[in-house]
Amino acid sequence: MKIFNNTFTRIILIIISTLITLQLTGQNGKEILEKVDQNLSSKNRIIESSLTIHGRRSSRTITSRSWTEGDKKSFTEYLTPASEAGTKMLKLDGQLWIYTPSADRTIQISGHLLRQSVMGSDLSYEDMMDDRKLSDVYNVTVTGKDTLQKRDVLVLELVAKVSDIAYYKQKMWIDAERYVPLRQEMYARSGQLLKRAELTEVKRIQNRWYPSKVVYKDMLKDGKGTEFVTSSIKFDQTIPEHIFSKASLR
Amino acid sequence: MLEFKLALKNLLGSGLRTWLNVTVLSIAFVIIIFYNGMLDGWNMQATNDTRAWETGAGQFWHPDYNPYDPFTFADSHSKMEEGILALEEKEMATPVLITQATGYPGGRLVNILLKGVSPNQKILSIPSHLLKDNPDDPYYIPAIIGNRMAQNLRLKEGERVLVRWRDANGTFDAREVTITGIFKTTVPTIDAGQIWIPLEKLQELTSMTGEATYAVISPNAADLPEHTKWIYKDDKALLKDLADIMAAKKGSSRVISSLLLAIALLAIFDTQILSIFRRQKEIGTYIALGMTRMRVVRLFTIEGTTHSFLAILVGMAWGMPLLLWIQRNGIPMPANADQAGVAIADKITPYYGGGMIMATVLLVVLSSLIVSYMPTKRISKMKPTDALRGKLV
Repeated sequence: MKIFNNTFTRIILIIISTLITLQLTGQNGKEILEKVDQNLSSKNRIIESSLTIHGRRSSRTITSRSWTEGDKKSFTEYLTPASEAGTKMLKLDGQLWIYTPSADRTIQISGHLLRQSVMGSDLSYEDMMDDRKLSDVYNVTVTGKDTLQKRDVLVLELVAKVSDIAYYKQKMWIDAERYVPLRQEMYARSGQLLKRAELTEVKRIQNRWYPSKVVYKDMLKDGKGTEFVTSSIKFDQTIPEHIFSKASLR
Repeated sequence: MLEFKLALKNLLGSGLRTWLNVTVLSIAFVIIIFYNGMLDGWNMQATNDTRAWETGAGQFWHPDYNPYDPFTFADSHSKMEEGILALEEKEMATPVLITQATGYPGGRLVNILLKGVSPNQKILSIPSHLLKDNPDDPYYIPAIIGNRMAQNLRLKEGERVLVRWRDANGTFDAREVTITGIFKTTVPTIDAGQIWIPLEKLQELTSMTGEATYAVISPNAADLPEHTKWIYKDDKALLKDLADIMAAKKGSSRVISSLLLAIALLAIFDTQILSIFRRQKEIGTYIALGMTRMRVVRLFTIEGTTHSFLAILVGMAWGMPLLLWIQRNGIPMPANADQAGVAIADKITPYYGGGMIMATVLLVVLSSLIVSYMPTKRISKMKPTDALRGKLV
């Protein structure tokens, strides 16, 4: 009788845990991704952030202020260090202009130059510029659940549905309650892990959850990666149109 | 004829002074031939090796391809035109596809060029036959690299290295390639920073099926297609960089030759001045005996110029065995001599062409003639009576 009770209890527990998993993973992956997009995407935003690049011998931090509107317009001004202060970047559609105060010149970066690293970091200009909604460019399936940063997470597998995309496959650990990614892995077409982003310090900002610290790591090379810390972010502000003009570069 | 006999007699009569001048001039003569021979030898070796390993007899380039701008590589690929394809079918052309990539040897990041070449090609000396596929492993990618690249990536034959690239749409892909061969070449432009893999494999991995960046033409190709969109680069255009470097080197060789010659000619000039000063009474006697002033000028000029003939003979006597020995053994070059990107072999074998030797002989003789004549001009203005009394100068 005791053996029967133990077995019965186990079966009940398995059924309950399966149901919970099914309830969590049973959510439509696309819906989850749309909720993530709702947290991360906005009509426009003004961000003050710092980018810390860890080199072999030393690290350097670059702070900047950015104005972004959708995935087409973006304007960034570097604030520190002194060597980078005053450098400005303007992105309009697929084009990028950079103004360097020391040379007092504006250069246009286009095509494959956009694939180069931003100031020696683990991020390319393209990584920074690609603001397309995840749900627009990836098909998604929920593959399971896990615990990360002491929070329940849903594990999503994203496979590209468009051809012009840098990462064919991604794996995301989404906070099951706040719908914000806590970890993101980018894979090559062959399945080789290329980059990993750890997203932490999730804060409540204007009715949305937003990870204010992201550590990007190129998984193929040694190094500590690149830290991107958002010190201040404002969503859906009124941004004057002149900000997104070439005149604002000088 | 009298002038020649007299000149030779006077010259040999001067003894040590003549032989010192001749020795100095012979050294200059031999060094000029050696230096020019070395440059010509290097030029020939570099040209032949560059043709054999890299340029072939010519190339057809994709219209957007610019080898000096790696950012054009991502866009400079397409299917080859019919005329070039026909050449490829006859094994008179071999296509090459280039993709920018990143290698990760031992956790380091190295920017590389991934180049696709047919394993069966015979036009270039690249040992592409070493690109043997492994039928049991569909993900196996054989690769060959040059010894400079092997040294840079610290790779040995049989080892693997992870390579990341983007396909035609910009999507990342990354795989390990296996080094199936390491080749030694004197042409660094097909070695440094490059990994060669089978063309079809690269086309498949980059979604560029049947595409190429350029095609190398065989020296045996007869009729080349005309009016193609792909740009034809002939041998001269492909070797222009090398020719420009050689022209610059020739310039510096001319400066060195001029300096050496100037030192030797200065000695002859000095001797001529001294001769005219010391032999005034002799000059007066020649004129008094009926020689015209111009004949005396000719006599002294021939005397000076004969230095150069003697120098050439002496130079040949000691220089020829030395130059031939150097030619047989070659001049060893330092290991990093080709860092500038120009083909340099481990040893440079000088080439002493007939034209170059004749030009050097003419240069030595003519310049001796000029410096021998210049001091004798004052003889034409002299009065024989003053000369006889030794009051010419």
